[in-house]
Amino acid sequence: MRYLTDRKRALGLGSARTGTDQHWQMLVRSIVMGVLVPLFVFTFAAGFGGTRAEVLAYFSHPCAAIVTGLMLVVGLVHLMHEANEAVEDYIHGVAGKLSLVAVKAFAFTLIAIGLFALVKIAL
Amino acid sequence: MVQLTLPKNSRITKGKTWPKPEGATNLRKFSIYRWSPDEGKNPSVDTYFVDMDTCGPMILDALIKIKNEIDPTLTFRRSCREGICGSCAMNIDGINTLACIYGMDEIKGDVKIYPLPHMPVVRDLIPDLTHFYAQHASIMPWLETKTNRPAKEWRQSVEDREKLDGLYECVMCACCSTSCPSYWWNGDRYLGPAALLHAYRWIIDSRDEATGERLDDLEDPFKLYRCHTIMNCAKTCPKGLNPAAAIANIKKKMVERTV
Repeated sequence: MRYLTDRKRALGLGSARTGTDQHWQMLVRSIVMGVLVPLFVFTFAAGFGGTRAEVLAYFSHPCAAIVTGLMLVVGLVHLMHEANEAVEDYIHGVAGKLSLVAVKAFAFTLIAIGLFALVKIAL
Repeated sequence: MVQLTLPKNSRITKGKTWPKPEGATNLRKFSIYRWSPDEGKNPSVDTYFVDMDTCGPMILDALIKIKNEIDPTLTFRRSCREGICGSCAMNIDGINTLACIYGMDEIKGDVKIYPLPHMPVVRDLIPDLTHFYAQHASIMPWLETKTNRPAKEWRQSVEDREKLDGLYECVMCACCSTSCPSYWWNGDRYLGPAALLHAYRWIIDSRDEATGERLDDLEDPFKLYRCHTIMNCAKTCPKGLNPAAAIANIKKKMVERTV
């Protein structure tokens, strides 16, 4: 039993004085994704259907490689933040904190693997 | 962690079916949530039959008739009977609304009535709104000024006064907050649509001199940014207000002073 007043319970630890930066970055990333996703779909689809040599040559072109690279980084960072929102919503306590770390680690691993593969193909 | 099933002692069982009124021909069936802390039983849904020929047109009329003529133990809050006090907020036919301004003709078939969702129940249709009111108090719902009090009154232009329309009408019935999934999962930290609508009402009040402090207090990943623009609040508000727009405007103000 904790003898907290209702007001004290509602105030909790007070405001964290943060959140607006992330909100703004989410908005910016969403707008960037609006442009990037169609570009990525078209450039990625255009690379399909050829022989191995043709596909390697296509993705070594700066335009296709840069669009794919940007998509990997921006898309996965966006995915990571959205997944973190879901974790903060539904999983609380220590499990929530561990899930946040796991989501971040998973996203950055995917980015690293994707960029490594892209560099290997493009160069 | 989110609970996907109700705890054992909250699972609803079938309740009592009360006898039909004698001689009545125009009957309507009401299924109403019942729970009393004194009985130590699980909640149940009781069935009542109301003679519509001798009943008023609103859901609250039927509830009062049930309490007066069938079951005096049925418990609910009510006061003004015209959508001003916000006391009779409950979940009617799956929608959070005020029983006094919700017509029975708006419902097809049987009428199902439950307390506002995801709140502790005090008894029957009465939710415990203690935390909800404390959250409202935490946003300082009053005029904060630093300038010396004027001799007559704090003046406000007609244009600035118009900015408060669609905000000051909120009656704090809690329909919006209790329809919000973000409030369900994080109601302890997220302020919810009602408190945030009131916060915005004071943020844009031209006479208030604590705008910065108010924004400071709201800048938090949970207090404000748990709103995911689900819009249940705007859909359910019995007064036709739009708390989601108010929250979006607070976020806009936050960005304005940062970027």
